[in-house]
Amino acid sequence: MADRVTSDLLRPVFQTTSKFYALIILLSGLVLCGIGAWGYQLYYGFGVTGYNWPVYWALHETNFVFWIGISHAGTLISAILRLVNATWRRPVTRCAELITAFALMIGAMFPLIHLGRPWLAFYLIPYPSERGIWPNYRSPLVWDFFAINTYLLSSLLFLALPMIPDFAMIRDRATGWKQKAYSWLSLGWQGTPKQWHRLESAMHIMALAILPIAVSVHTIVSFDFSMAVVPMWHSTIFGPYFVAGAIFSGIAALIVVMALLRKALHLENYLLPLHFQNLGKLLLLMSLLWGYFVFNERLTAWYGNSPHEMNVFWSTQAGTYSPLFWTMVLCNFVIPFPLLAIRRLRSITTAVVASCCVVIGMWLERFLIIVPSLARKSTSYSWGSYSPEWPEIVIMIASFAAMALLYALVSKLVPIISIWELKVGEHPSLKAAETVREAETAGEFR
Amino acid sequence: MKAIYGLYETPQAAQNAFKGLRAAGVAASNITVMSPEPLEEWEFASQDSKTSMPWIAVMGAAVGLITAYLLTAITQKVWPINTGGMPIVSNWTNIIIMFELTMLGAVLATVLALLITARLPSKLSRLYDPAISNGRILIGVEQPQDAELDRIERALKTADAEKLGRIV
Repeated sequence: MADRVTSDLLRPVFQTTSKFYALIILLSGLVLCGIGAWGYQLYYGFGVTGYNWPVYWALHETNFVFWIGISHAGTLISAILRLVNATWRRPVTRCAELITAFALMIGAMFPLIHLGRPWLAFYLIPYPSERGIWPNYRSPLVWDFFAINTYLLSSLLFLALPMIPDFAMIRDRATGWKQKAYSWLSLGWQGTPKQWHRLESAMHIMALAILPIAVSVHTIVSFDFSMAVVPMWHSTIFGPYFVAGAIFSGIAALIVVMALLRKALHLENYLLPLHFQNLGKLLLLMSLLWGYFVFNERLTAWYGNSPHEMNVFWSTQAGTYSPLFWTMVLCNFVIPFPLLAIRRLRSITTAVVASCCVVIGMWLERFLIIVPSLARKSTSYSWGSYSPEWPEIVIMIASFAAMALLYALVSKLVPIISIWELKVGEHPSLKAAETVREAETAGEFR
Repeated sequence: MKAIYGLYETPQAAQNAFKGLRAAGVAASNITVMSPEPLEEWEFASQDSKTSMPWIAVMGAAVGLITAYLLTAITQKVWPINTGGMPIVSNWTNIIIMFELTMLGAVLATVLALLITARLPSKLSRLYDPAISNGRILIGVEQPQDAELDRIERALKTADAEKLGRIV
């Protein structure tokens, strides 16, 4: 049975179909379009985008916050489930951790994309230079630099360490250059008790460390807004509100990715309805929490009745941005709630539909946090509007393509489900695989 | 290197081999075990379970915290910037940098401790058999005395070894 699990999960690493190459070409093309649009924006300046006074933070910042939010599902979920020793997590963790790594990489690109001169981004790095310029540690943007890089590095290590035994497994099956590459990647892993014990201890400690890091990252991203005295931004609730939203969108993205991988890599025996059901319950919980935070935020602003805040408030409730606001409520609460709460409706399809809605809804939420507050500032003299131009839209589409491309490429390098973790203990996935094998043997499956 | 080993299909068979070797007078520390997954609930795979890794992580965190404090406080003193009426050494904001570098210190120290104590990266031992990746468990003895060889082989064979191997 264990051998079957290994061969099932290693199949994508050793076998490549023409569909895969077609997908890579398509996604690479989209990513190249995005790079081209960025180049165009760099060459001609921000005048080619929809950015204009007073809205100088818009789609790139929306995407930045959105992708950093998406990154929260992976490592956070993986760390929590690892610490509480939830056995059902095993097939899910690597899918989730990969989302974190890729979403952070993509998210961290957007502040650079937003810069007029991105080659000067190194000004954020604290090092003694002849220019005598040091970062101002009181700036939330410098906090971002430290928080995102800490989270990215920790998440990459958290992702990479459990891959070592799987790399060793591939090393033992591969030939030629692949064997050499995987020998290098597996670091000479042999599976001695000492190695296993140290690896598990390290993963446990890192899970403990990474939880507060994850919470801090999105809290700090929220500080980019809440530290500014801008209507509807300067709020104490922003930290937890952003963290809750990030986990919410992250779980939704995880469900969508898992469903796609299940179909594309034929992982039906490993990514079971149980996993979608459990993640669906978490998504439902986060939907309720998100609703609670939105209500708190909105009620406090409305009750305070400050003219500056009410301008922004009404522009989202009943004004220019109201279609986006109500679509967000529909996507984040009205549609997912019944789909996930009513037992009869629960299935993989409904979990995926609800998750797609949440991903759209959470993207809109990020947009609605950023743009209306800048477009309706304190005095009506400084009011304005924003509509994106093609470079921002192409760059945004390219970021989604980059996520898919990175996922597709990594699925060829490493098993998307951690094989050794799956084998540890008795797991429903293993039992399901055994049942399928028995059924196939008996000729029940066609 | 001289070595003798057996490959076992189940943890129970590996446990029997381990016990057999112990009965044959081989010290637990001289028995080499390699498995495709952690099997800590079995005696043969529960050696070397003591680790000071949590303390190393705490030390890494302390180094991160001190580094962050010095980095922020010294920078602010050497290059004083008045920002919004905040003090020059502004600890409320520096806490964020201190927190991030503390956690980073803990994570990096943990990974370093793992690499050093688990001896990674290293060259594959000659005793290693790729069958381990196929779910087999290796129990062996490196550098056995010539007089022990027969006893060891018998102990490994008695435990229902799927394959016996010798490296000369």
